[in-house]
Amino acid sequence: MAAMILSARGLTRHFGGLKAVDGVDFDLAQGEIHAIIGPNGAGKTTFVSLLSGRIPVQSGSITFNGQDITRLPAHARVARGIAYTFQITAIYARLPVYDNVALAVQRQGSRALRRDTMAALARVGLDDRADQEAGTLAYGHQRLLEIAMGLALKPRLLILDEPTQGLANSEIEGFKALVRSVVPDTTVLLIEHNMDVVMDLAQRITVLNFGRLLAQGTPADIRANGAVQAAYLGG
Amino acid sequence: MKSLALHLAVIALLFALQFVLPPYHHTNIARVMVLAVFAMGYNIAFGYTGLLSLGHALFFGAGLYAAGLMANGGWTGLATLPAGLLAGGLVALAVGMLALRTAGVSFMIVTLMFAQAGYLTILYFGPVTGGDEGFVLPAAARNLAGFDLATETPRYTLGLALFAVALLANLALVRSPLGRVMVAMRENEERSRMLGYNPFTVKLTALVISGLYAGVAGAGYALMFGYVGASFAAIQYSILPMLWVLLGGAGTVLGPFIGALLMFYLIDLSSSVTTAHQMVVGVALLALVLFAPKGLLGTLRERGLKWLP
Ligand SMILES: Nc1ncnc2c1ncn2[C@@H]1O[C@H](COP(=O)(O)OP(=O)(O)OP(=O)(O)O)[C@@H](O)[C@H]1O
Ligand SMILES: [Mg+2]
Repeated sequence: MAAMILSARGLTRHFGGLKAVDGVDFDLAQGEIHAIIGPNGAGKTTFVSLLSGRIPVQSGSITFNGQDITRLPAHARVARGIAYTFQITAIYARLPVYDNVALAVQRQGSRALRRDTMAALARVGLDDRADQEAGTLAYGHQRLLEIAMGLALKPRLLILDEPTQGLANSEIEGFKALVRSVVPDTTVLLIEHNMDVVMDLAQRITVLNFGRLLAQGTPADIRANGAVQAAYLGG
Repeated sequence: MKSLALHLAVIALLFALQFVLPPYHHTNIARVMVLAVFAMGYNIAFGYTGLLSLGHALFFGAGLYAAGLMANGGWTGLATLPAGLLAGGLVALAVGMLALRTAGVSFMIVTLMFAQAGYLTILYFGPVTGGDEGFVLPAAARNLAGFDLATETPRYTLGLALFAVALLANLALVRSPLGRVMVAMRENEERSRMLGYNPFTVKLTALVISGLYAGVAGAGYALMFGYVGASFAAIQYSILPMLWVLLGGAGTVLGPFIGALLMFYLIDLSSSVTTAHQMVVGVALLALVLFAPKGLLGTLRERGLKWLP
């Protein structure tokens, strides 16, 4: 198998008695598109939040690019190349679309801020809305803006938390093309409920259930897996 | 471009004003300009970065006393003005290192307590600071590169110079990448963190810049008006810049000046007709909250002047 860009061992996070993430071992190959699926409340968002540093790790360890990042604060992980887009859209609603993306672009130390920002917006087709207040965008466009912010960080690992939620079918096609265009320079970890998108995009799939790893494999493996069928795909 | 022109025009207007103003208003405008520098500093922390501090009197007082105490030691404006600037910045750095571990209401309380501690320290060291009564600066110290700041024109010119530099620096700051990050912190700290910005560092930077403004305003005030006293480090001087900023428009570059100007004349005019000028201020603020919660310029910006920085 290709080199691992990220490895987690025994990753755990409990909320009181609730075992949101419970001893998960996980490896992400350099350049792959990897999907995480699982029922609502399975711990998917919590799991990737541990990877991005948004939530502190309770126990276990994470290495990224060969270095231990378990205790690194979130902003420092972004600097190392881990970008996270929120499940619940977290754009700067009162700022112009332009500023939303410029904030990500300037973090990369861009020398031509305007040009690079417009290019990042053009990638998701929002360049003609640069001056609009972000909160007034249609929901689907807000999701695209969120993705544009993640991409503008030029991350080595892009974590997308349910990016297609609220997108129209036509927009989903564009989204799939976008994701394909960033690999293999960027590794993509994708939480997704839309099984068509998952089966279409992902090279490997991880199934979480009750905070534990239920199964892992290629789309074909997962389709054929009885336990997954029972827990998630609805038989 | 449009906004740079506007700000330059305001500076030019204030420059021209000195030739037509009667002496009383001449002094008033000089005072408002230097207080507006303080307010701009407050606005950088509060309006742009979202840091609701109740302790800015400490930074103003640091500049004021740095200049005042050095003046007693024989130094003139060339040394005391930069010293005041630094004093404000350093005190803000020290306070920020501790206070920025908290946020929201705790941050308000912690900054308030620091400022009160500073105020009490000034009173405690009465023999040096003059305590409650303060002290008058030696005439020789009120001198900047040969100009006597006790006279009208040099005093006005210093006020205007501080104001102009502060205003243009403020404009440059809010249009810079740092300014954008400050606003991002105010709007959504969690999001900003996930774009790779360390909230603590960004807020500390903003607070130190804010402290530099307050400090140089304090030093300028001491030099221009020749008096240093503990009342300038008291709670009123933490509340006043907030009111000026709220009145003029938080998160606007000219708002702090407009707010300081209006409030000053509101009190000035009302106290000439009634002793209840506190009530006039109260009513004005109430009207503000009801009809223009974003302040004057904030409201204008919403109603069409979208380019207003
Ligand atoms: N901050 C928190 N405090 C307490 N409980 C939490 C917290 N965050 C998540 N949980 C709980 O942890 C469990 C896992 O939540 P998580 O958001 O990770 O699930 P998910 O797989 O992303 O679900 P969904 O598909 O609905 O997004 C849920 O039961 C949730 O209620
Ligand atoms: Mg989730």
